[in-house]
Amino acid sequence: MQFLKAAVAAGLVVVTFTGTSLAQSKPSELKIGITTFLSGPASVFGVPAKAAAEMIAEDLNKKGGIGGVPVKLSFIDEGAGGEALVSNYRRVVQDEKVDATFASISSGSCTQLVPVAEDLKVMNFMWDCGAASILETKKYRYNFRTQANGTPEMLAVLLYLLKTKPDFKTIAVVNQDYAWGRESWEIFSTALKAMKPDVQVVAELFPKFGAPDYSTEVSRLLALRPDVVLTTSWGGDLDTLVRQAGQRGLLQQSTFVLGIGESSIQRLGKDLPEGLIVGARGDHWFLHPEKKNDAAFKAFNEAFKAKTGAWPIYPVYHMAQAFKALQTAYDKAIKSNGGNWPTREQVVDATGGTEFATGFGRPITLRPEDNQGLEAQLVGVTKSVPGYDFKLLDNIMIFDPKMITNPAGVRSVEWLKTLKPDFVKMDVPTFKAQ
Amino acid sequence: MNSTLAILAILDGISYAALVFLVSVGLSLIFGVLRVVNVAHGSLYAFGAYLAATFSLAIAPISPWLTYPALLAASIVIGVVCGGFIERFLLRPLSGQEDVLQLLITFAAFMIMDNLQRLIWGVQPIFAAEPLRLLPNVAVFGVSYTSYQVILLPGVALATLFGLRYFLRRTLSGAVILAVTEDREASTAIGIDAKRVYFVTFVIGASLAALGGALASPTTSLVPGMGADMIVLSFAVAATAGLGQIEGTALTALMIGLTRAFVIYLQPEFEVLVPYLLMVLVLLVRPFGLFGAVQVRKI
Repeated sequence: MQFLKAAVAAGLVVVTFTGTSLAQSKPSELKIGITTFLSGPASVFGVPAKAAAEMIAEDLNKKGGIGGVPVKLSFIDEGAGGEALVSNYRRVVQDEKVDATFASISSGSCTQLVPVAEDLKVMNFMWDCGAASILETKKYRYNFRTQANGTPEMLAVLLYLLKTKPDFKTIAVVNQDYAWGRESWEIFSTALKAMKPDVQVVAELFPKFGAPDYSTEVSRLLALRPDVVLTTSWGGDLDTLVRQAGQRGLLQQSTFVLGIGESSIQRLGKDLPEGLIVGARGDHWFLHPEKKNDAAFKAFNEAFKAKTGAWPIYPVYHMAQAFKALQTAYDKAIKSNGGNWPTREQVVDATGGTEFATGFGRPITLRPEDNQGLEAQLVGVTKSVPGYDFKLLDNIMIFDPKMITNPAGVRSVEWLKTLKPDFVKMDVPTFKAQ
Repeated sequence: MNSTLAILAILDGISYAALVFLVSVGLSLIFGVLRVVNVAHGSLYAFGAYLAATFSLAIAPISPWLTYPALLAASIVIGVVCGGFIERFLLRPLSGQEDVLQLLITFAAFMIMDNLQRLIWGVQPIFAAEPLRLLPNVAVFGVSYTSYQVILLPGVALATLFGLRYFLRRTLSGAVILAVTEDREASTAIGIDAKRVYFVTFVIGASLAALGGALASPTTSLVPGMGADMIVLSFAVAATAGLGQIEGTALTALMIGLTRAFVIYLQPEFEVLVPYLLMVLVLLVRPFGLFGAVQVRKI
């Protein structure tokens, strides 16, 4: 009997010892560091995204967290910028010992933080920044982009324009004078030149970021009378431009294309006329034609509206994507680790090539070759619909990401130069507003 | 560039200059009298804009025309409350101390007000265009302009310029301010309350900043950070003119407005640089500004 007891005790010790040596002990919480704009003009994206993150984390924790572990969030204000942002990021990773980070909204912030994440060996999801070049110039192990980059976002808008207004001859651009304004125009104009080389660019205007007045730009465009005016501006800048252009008849004179205008539609209300082409940086729309009747989608949208007073905009859905990507990666890693809690490296290994679906849009794949997310793109045209005090999107097209994203290993601009006029003939489903 | 486009550019330049003048002149006035570079001036502009929008949105359902007095009321409230507070409780205790302390305290006020603005009005852009919508558009060579921007704003700017000139040169209160500006010790010796003069001047300057914001509010989106952008431009205008020069500020604003408009028509790449290029060029040749004069140091 004594022998039996000793054998059982020894067995338990061995099992316990062996068990802990093979599996990481499950932590009490999964810490996520999130950089988002809580100050400055880009807080129009950052603050709703933070509200979404808190909502998603709360819901996730109610359901048991990720792999049974509740998530805990730490936020870093991207508005601090520069060295302050990098220092705060390091502090959150090294002192608070977060398990993963979601950084960032601004491409400038991503450019700064991606090498830091790589250096610190912490898994980072670029959850909103769009600069294609970041993942085109170097292969990273710890950095992933959980949404599209600027190339498919701009290409989808251009394809929509070419499909719906194929006869335009002249175009002008009014973009904010900073990295996104310049890069988005480079993508758009390169693809335009390849697919419709006869179009004449009559004005390239890059007013100061945060400019309060576009009167002169509007006057010049009224005098030039371009068939199409493109702007990829956002936030208060876009609102001001659209309103000043509308007050003086420019929106009626030219076809306006708002490259990422989805986030301004609700604010612009009745000041936004019908017939403007609007992009959404992904297939993001609170009345997504393929998802609008899904109970979970409706519940999320309504809960967000109740919490913030507005329907979700694209950064909200981008935030949801980052959470879903993390959850999917952990689930995959736990499964491949025989149900045990995975090490950080095992999670990183599991993340490449992951396909995940938030249920708020089409599924997204993290391309294993370069960790770039392949995300569908939704573009539509503004239309008045009874019951809404702002315009909705009509004639919505949803573009397949595999068709409009540059192949891994090929620089965006080089790929765009190879497009032919026939490229525009691709089949894309069109959805009418309700 | 043909003559039609030149006329359009002139109209655009005048409209822009009017707004820039309204904001810059308050900064210049405060420096001229108090010798304080008020970094919080941009926040006063932003607060004026936000409060005007709040008043406008609240009063427009009663009568849209009441939005005009609402703009003025917002400017006065901000000028008296915020301007008065800054002068009385932040600047006055530092009177006679190092200039850099005054600069730092107004910078602190700017930072605090920037955060207060977010707390009060949030981060989503606010737009209150009712005053602008009330006035008709005018067509110039087939190009539509809002009369708010090409008639009302320049009109208010001119009224402000001549009103300030009249106040400072033709009224007793103005003469008192000029006396304190000229020689504080001598004016105090003859019974002028210099502290009161400083307070009133600061409130007027703050009200002008707020008026600039209030008048801009119907044309632009109000967003976090708008004050910071405006303070940089205002400094450029005031420094180019020569700090304390009211007429000079008007002419410099006009020069910057017109140059910017022509640049947008001809070489839009240089738009952002225009005010600062002009400032650098002017200060290299005339370190005291276009209209500033060399001053004799008293000691």
